[in-house]
Amino acid sequence: MTQRIIKAIFRNLFAWCISIISLVPLLLILFNSFKTSLEASDMNLSLPDFPIQIMNYLTVIEEGKLLQSFINSCIYTVGSVLLCCIFSALAAYVLSRNRTRLTKLIYLFIVLGITMPVNYVALVKVMIFLNLNNTRLGIILLYTAMQIPFSVFLIYGFIAKIPVELDEAGIIDGCGPMRLFITIIFPLLKPAIATVVVLTFLNNWNEFVSPLYFLSSSTKWPMTLSVYNFFGMYFKDWNLVCADIIMTSIPVILIYLIGQKYIVSGMTAGAVKG
Amino acid sequence: MNKKKVYPIYFVFGALIIYIILFVVPSVIGIGYSFTDWSAYSDKLAFVGLDNFKTVFSSDEDYMAIIINTLEFTFVTTILKNILGLILALLLTKSIKLLNLHRGIMFMPSVLSTLIIGMIFKSILNPADGLLNTFLRSIGLEVLAGKWLSTSELAFGSVMAVDIWRGTGYIMTILIAGILSISTTYYEAASIDGASGSQKFRYITFPLLLPTLATTTVLNIIYGLKVFDMIYALTNGGPGKTTTEVLYTAVFKKFGTGQYAVGTALSSVMFLFMVAIGVFMIKIMTKDEVVE
Repeated sequence: MTQRIIKAIFRNLFAWCISIISLVPLLLILFNSFKTSLEASDMNLSLPDFPIQIMNYLTVIEEGKLLQSFINSCIYTVGSVLLCCIFSALAAYVLSRNRTRLTKLIYLFIVLGITMPVNYVALVKVMIFLNLNNTRLGIILLYTAMQIPFSVFLIYGFIAKIPVELDEAGIIDGCGPMRLFITIIFPLLKPAIATVVVLTFLNNWNEFVSPLYFLSSSTKWPMTLSVYNFFGMYFKDWNLVCADIIMTSIPVILIYLIGQKYIVSGMTAGAVKG
Repeated sequence: MNKKKVYPIYFVFGALIIYIILFVVPSVIGIGYSFTDWSAYSDKLAFVGLDNFKTVFSSDEDYMAIIINTLEFTFVTTILKNILGLILALLLTKSIKLLNLHRGIMFMPSVLSTLIIGMIFKSILNPADGLLNTFLRSIGLEVLAGKWLSTSELAFGSVMAVDIWRGTGYIMTILIAGILSISTTYYEAASIDGASGSQKFRYITFPLLLPTLATTTVLNIIYGLKVFDMIYALTNGGPGKTTTEVLYTAVFKKFGTGQYAVGTALSSVMFLFMVAIGVFMIKIMTKDEVVE
């Protein structure tokens, strides 16, 4: 009996240790974002002194031109999430419902993109050719392209669980293909779409490489690029860098807290066969 | 029901066109360009055969070291993340107080931007006043306080450790789902037969978890070969020439210096490698899929 209690205590302690290790770096950033430049210079875990420096955040918003890059990040993320959901759902629907040799091949071809690396150097050539280099539309389409393989994979698996009889009923009632998809299938896809929205949001908000290659003008930079740039310029003022990091991460953490169940179900899709 | 009419193929076109133009075409023409002398310095392109690949695989250059670094990074982080992830998953499927809180906290590093994690750890691993060394000094382990990112012996290990910190929660989450999907009847039967905890793990949990472990391994490999943001922020390939240089950071440097042909040749080597992994992965992910 005592052995069992000791085991339980040990387990709980161990879990807390790991949780603390996971949390400390984030707390470090949070605490230091409220300190003065001098206090933050040695980046320790002490709580910020009163009064806490909320001004840091305002300084960063002004100096780091955060409003502009926040709007940019929103445009890129929302635009690509929308496009990705619409195109992936349409494609996955037809590929899943009408399984011929050709559609199976197309499905595998698209899903192969989950592993494929992007050849950024050659992509520059394509982007310039299409007049998409250094444009907002270019980034939105690029983000969409990168998320399509996994989104199609997720929705494809989900559509297989929706009974075909619903389609048949819709056809008998005189639905055209587009109306059938919009009024009957799409509403049933909500859980899968929610997962796609949350995952694409996270990936695209955090995306750093594509803007690094394809956006030369700083007015079009998303938050990841401007936080890195800010880090380079203000490396002596860790309090400001921390405030910038916090603001860049808030949307992601919010989405994580709201959509946790969708994230887990999406990330484990395909990994676990129930 | 006429399937062609009800499920028109043009529904696929939107996704397919964007995917082909911005994803497949660059990879394919990239392979083409790697046989030329494409660079930022001249507008003319000349066919140079296998020269770029000879450069990539020659022993006089650093590229082999870079490829080996990438493979080492992938190998080490994959193994350690799987082992640690499995230990945590086993722990967090037992009765522990505030179970969901622990799961949520441990998963959190996986949703943050890898670039930002690189920046955070650049501060934590700072030799003079970083959190890690301050902590080591405060508990009297001054000897262990090292120059984590600026000496060639430690830098690569530090980079991998940061990545393991970042990625273990994700692997853990997948494995938890895998463990929870194992039917409890197996464990009940084993208990009746008098199996011990370790026997249950060895003969039930582990074998039934193997498919899930295969997937986490593949996911880790894909991530490891493509790693960029974090290393770019932490060391940018340094200290020295190739200590922590990996494929994507090398490609970005070649892009910066205008040596496009070598950059695209490196990308193409990676492309062929990953398509092979991809085919393997699709086999895992699409096997025993329900088809009506």
